[in-house]
This record gives sequence, structure tokens and C-alpha cells, in this order.
Amino acid sequence: MIRIVTLTTAALIFAAPAFAQIELPEDPTERGRAIAMETERRDLGFGDSSAEMRMVLRNSQGEESVRELRQRTLENVDPEDGDLSMIIFDRPRDVEGTALLTHAHLLEDDDQWLYLPAIARVRRISSSNKSGPFLGSEFAFEDFSSTEVGKYSYTWLRDEPCPTPNEALTCHVTERVPLYENSGYTRQITWTDTTDYLGRQVEYYNRGDDLLKTLQLLDYRLYLDQFWRAHELLMVNHLTGKETTLEWVSFEFQSGLDESDFTQASLRRAR
Amino acid sequence: MRHLLVIGGLICLAALPARGETELDVSGYIEPELRVFVQEPSDPRQPDANMSIAGEIEFEAFFDYEQTLVVTGFARLDYQDDERTHYDLRAAYYERVFDLFELRVGLHKVFWGRTEAVHLIDIINQTDAVEGVDGEDKLGQPMVNISVPTDFGLFDFYWLPYFRERTFEGIRGRPRVNIPVSEGLAFYEEGNEETLEDFAVRWSHYYGAFDFGIAHFSGTGRDPVLTPMLDKNFNLVLAPMYPRIDQTSVDAQATFGPMLFKFEGFRREQLGDSWLQASGGIEYTFYQATGGDADLGIVAEYIWDERGQAGFFPFQNDAFVGARWTANDIDSTAVLAGGIVDLDGNGFSASVEAERRLGGDYFITIEGRFFFDVPATDPVFSFEDDDFLQVRVARYF
Repeated sequence: MIRIVTLTTAALIFAAPAFAQIELPEDPTERGRAIAMETERRDLGFGDSSAEMRMVLRNSQGEESVRELRQRTLENVDPEDGDLSMIIFDRPRDVEGTALLTHAHLLEDDDQWLYLPAIARVRRISSSNKSGPFLGSEFAFEDFSSTEVGKYSYTWLRDEPCPTPNEALTCHVTERVPLYENSGYTRQITWTDTTDYLGRQVEYYNRGDDLLKTLQLLDYRLYLDQFWRAHELLMVNHLTGKETTLEWVSFEFQSGLDESDFTQASLRRAR
Repeated sequence: MRHLLVIGGLICLAALPARGETELDVSGYIEPELRVFVQEPSDPRQPDANMSIAGEIEFEAFFDYEQTLVVTGFARLDYQDDERTHYDLRAAYYERVFDLFELRVGLHKVFWGRTEAVHLIDIINQTDAVEGVDGEDKLGQPMVNISVPTDFGLFDFYWLPYFRERTFEGIRGRPRVNIPVSEGLAFYEEGNEETLEDFAVRWSHYYGAFDFGIAHFSGTGRDPVLTPMLDKNFNLVLAPMYPRIDQTSVDAQATFGPMLFKFEGFRREQLGDSWLQASGGIEYTFYQATGGDADLGIVAEYIWDERGQAGFFPFQNDAFVGARWTANDIDSTAVLAGGIVDLDGNGFSASVEAERRLGGDYFITIEGRFFFDVPATDPVFSFEDDDFLQVRVARYF
């Protein structure tokens, strides 16, 4: 597993300092899928990553509440399966030390275990709660999970200037429909720039097909000459007026994490 | 006990190499508590209301990712009950992760179990019973633990070289057993707390939707047999007697979307006797139950003891039904309500718990516990007149 990841990574680093622009098919369905595949292809081989996250939750009166988390991710080289991740909670202080282990899958439910430090208990939990709010924020659980191509069906809609503040770039606008069960969305509209194939904006439509939320992905920075990561994600809920800003800090890639860092044994000592 | 801690501490310090990055983290809370009792106490020395304050402080030191030192101190000051005024080292252990196994040495806490209403198979740590009637508060247990992760599951080996006695309320404690328990009269089937040593091993694994474990414990039982005695003033008291036991347990959970099936049970050999105890049931969560963000979880469990009433275990043929409502809001508001019915007709107990965060660093918990129609023959009878409401406000730092 480790060896495979490392080899893939090495191959990509040598082979792909700059991506050639790809030919996209004309058919809207195939074109939408090709755009998603290109986004995924360009992020292949990141191996593992560790980062800290700060979430600021704001209600419609402007009152704020802060969450701080750390996330470790191990890329799953199998395109038919999801990544492994561990999230450790640092703030609010009453949940400090709580940790969540996820073995993600594409269309089936993820495997998830939660560690509760006060009683030293590891609990296998239900992961079918895709559309519930994550830590009381405007992000749902499903907004957090990795966006493998196979999770959606696609329709390319049009090309247009990217949303502010990236009007200078051109974006592919694609509609995607979740294929997994229990999604809270009927569809999502995504804006992906034509230069680096980075997601710039997502609109989420709820089960009543109303525009529920808009996500803006801002402050992209490049790591290891290949992997772009947005450092500020702003999610605005149009129905409640609430919003959540998610700031990523201190990304670290390929620090040598392997499967043994994503087990129940490692969960109960995750601190 | 103190000698053991000092020795343990020295071992820990000696084990630490002075290389790599070191990081220290300090956290904790302080939590006042108010309890109000609704009925007349069965003993006039027991209070109608009580105040107390608890606090915990935790130091964590990290060395190179592979090594950790954790020290957690807990203390409670109780206005009424001298026995509830106590302190404990919840944790004081050194942990090192090697390529093939993990090592922990010192005082540590370990949880085994699947079900929600009772934790039958959880046996490594002694219960700090004065802390709460749910039995989820535990005393730090001295141990050497080696964990070996393999492709066919996780193997945990425990050597537990020192025995911790259960804490019991004093004369003025409430709720408490009607005949007071005298901790000073505790005795053992063999040996004493400093010479006793216990061994335990557990294998746990998962496959798809199924999580399961098998464990064996050989040593001094954590549940004392309460024996009536006269103390030196010729008052009737209960003396805790700790027998040697051998206990084999199994536990399993199946997770199918919002539906969870849970089971745990054991076979115990004690004082020439042997018997089975088990609990099992389902948990189902209705996500966004009322159209908004809130979830509603329902738990239904059955608890069984082969010995029946003769075992003096409160739950011998009991059913638990509980509901947990989670608002999923910024303040993590949640309400938990549950009831246990003795299916042999020996009463009913209910509890309600509500909690939420206040601002960033405060957390409030309101809890009520009520006991109904418990006959004098049932082990829970003592609590019949101890219905209470409790408020705790924690300040985290």
C-alpha cells in the first residue's frame, strides 16, 4: 500500500510539472464527467496530508462561534473506493480530544468510528447522516467527504467567466447529481476553472430544488508543485442567512502516514 | 498507592529520550454541582440538597509523535459527604508506539462494551461510584498494556498489578444504599489490594458492517459482594468483599445505515458459582426527524442475569427504552430521556438529561433521576426515596 502510493507520487512528480490542456468531448454528459475526471487526475498521488482547520460559524445576527480541528487524510489509490481520514477536535473545549475515523466509500455508507475521551470509548457510528450539519455549521457531512468522480452523474451546462474574485478566469459550469443514498441535495452546480481545473464555487439545491447554499473556494495555494488546496471556504445558507467560514492552515503532504494511522487502535490514542 | 505512582512516574521520566520536538498541552475544567432531593430521606442524616465542586486538569506531553505522557488529576469537594470528597489520578501513563505494537505503562482508562443502558463487560477500571449513578466514572487503573494490531484484528494484553476498591457514599451521602457501606471494612477472598494482580486479554476486529470482540479477565472482581456486618460501634453496615473471578465476555455490533444492533454478555466464575449475564438491543436514528437539523435516536435494550433476583444485580430481567434528541445547533443542545422497567414487576426508574454549551467555554447539564414502585426486596430499593434533580455547569480551560 505504502509503496504503491509512493511510486505513483514519484511518477506524477516527474511526469507532470505542467498539465497539457485536454480535449473535452462535445456531449454535455461526457463533457461534465471529463471535467470532473481531469480535476481528480490532477490531484492524484498526494499520498497523505495533515492540516489544521478553523471554522467560524456566524448566525444571521452576526454572532460567532469557533471550531478548531485537525485532519489527516490518506489517499486511497483504488479509484473505486474512498480515502481514509481522521479528524481530531480541539475546540470547543468540551469536545477536545474527540476523534472521528472514516473509511470512505463511493456509493455505500462510509465506515465511521467515534472516540469519546471522557469515557475512553470507541463507538462505531451510523454514517448515513449525509445531510446533517457538521458541528452545527453550514457544512453538511457530505460537503466534507472526498469528491470522487463516481459519486455523481454530470451535465456540462456552459463556459463563462469564473465568479468573483476570479472573473479573469474562464469556468466550466457543470451540474452534478449525487448518486449515493441519503444525500440532502437534488443537484449541485459547480464552477471549475479551465486553467488548473480547480473548483471555484458550488451551489447546492435542497430536496425541494430551492437554492440552499453557495460555497466559495478561495485562496488556493500550490503544494509540491502539483497539489492546489483552497485555504478559505465560505458557505452561505440562503434560507437562514447563516454562514460558515472554514480556514485551512499548515498543510503538510506526504509525511509518511500509512494505513496503521487510520485504525481503531490509532483512533483511541489520537490526541 | 502513592509509592506505586512515584515509581511509575520515575519509570515514565526515565523512558523519555531527549531528542526531537516536545510539545506540552494543558487543559481541564472546573464544575460546580447542585443536587436537590424531592422526598424525605430514609436516614435523617441525609440532606435535602447538596452542593459540590469538581475539577480536572490534564497534562499531555508529546515527543516525536511516537511517545506521549499523559497525567490527569481529578478532585471533588462535597459539602455534605466526606466520602464523596475525594481525588484520583485518572491517568498517569507513558505511551509509546512501536512498529509492531503499542506500549502503555501507568494509570490508564480502558472501556469495553457495546450497549448503552448498562456496561456489563467493562471490567478493567473500577467504578468511581460516588461520582454518578450511571457508573460511567472510573478510577485510574495501574497497568502495563501491550496492543498488537494485526491483519486479523487487534490484540490487547493487560497486566493489572494493583487493585482499586470501589468508592461508596458516606453516612451523609445521597443517593446511597440504605445500610451504609463501610469502605474501611473491605476484605478480599485472597490477598490485599497491593498484592493482588489481574490479567486480561481482548481481541477485537471488524468486518464490513460488523464489529466484535472476545475478552477474558482473570483476577479480583470489580463488583464487591456487600456483606452485612456490625462495625466497632455495633452499627449495622455493609462490608465490600472482593472475590477472585474468571470472566469471559463477547461483544458485537452490526451497523446498517441508521439501524444499529448491539450485544454484550459474559460468563463469570466466582466463589464456586458460575453464571451468565447479557444485554442487547437496537438503536435507530431518525435524521432530520422533524424536517430541520435535529436528529432523534431511539434505543431499546434488554438486560438479563441468569441468577434472577438471587444475584442482587439490579437488572436481571429489565427493559430499557431511551430517546436522544440532538438539535445539531451551534450550542450542541441535546436531551436524553430513558426509563428502565423491571419486568419481574419490581419497579421502574427514569432519567432525563439536558445539555448545551453556553458561550465558548461553558457547558451546562441538567439531570433528573426518579425511582418508582421499587419493592424492598429489589437491590434498587434504597434509591426509591432518593429522586433528585442535578445541575452542573462546567467551565473549560
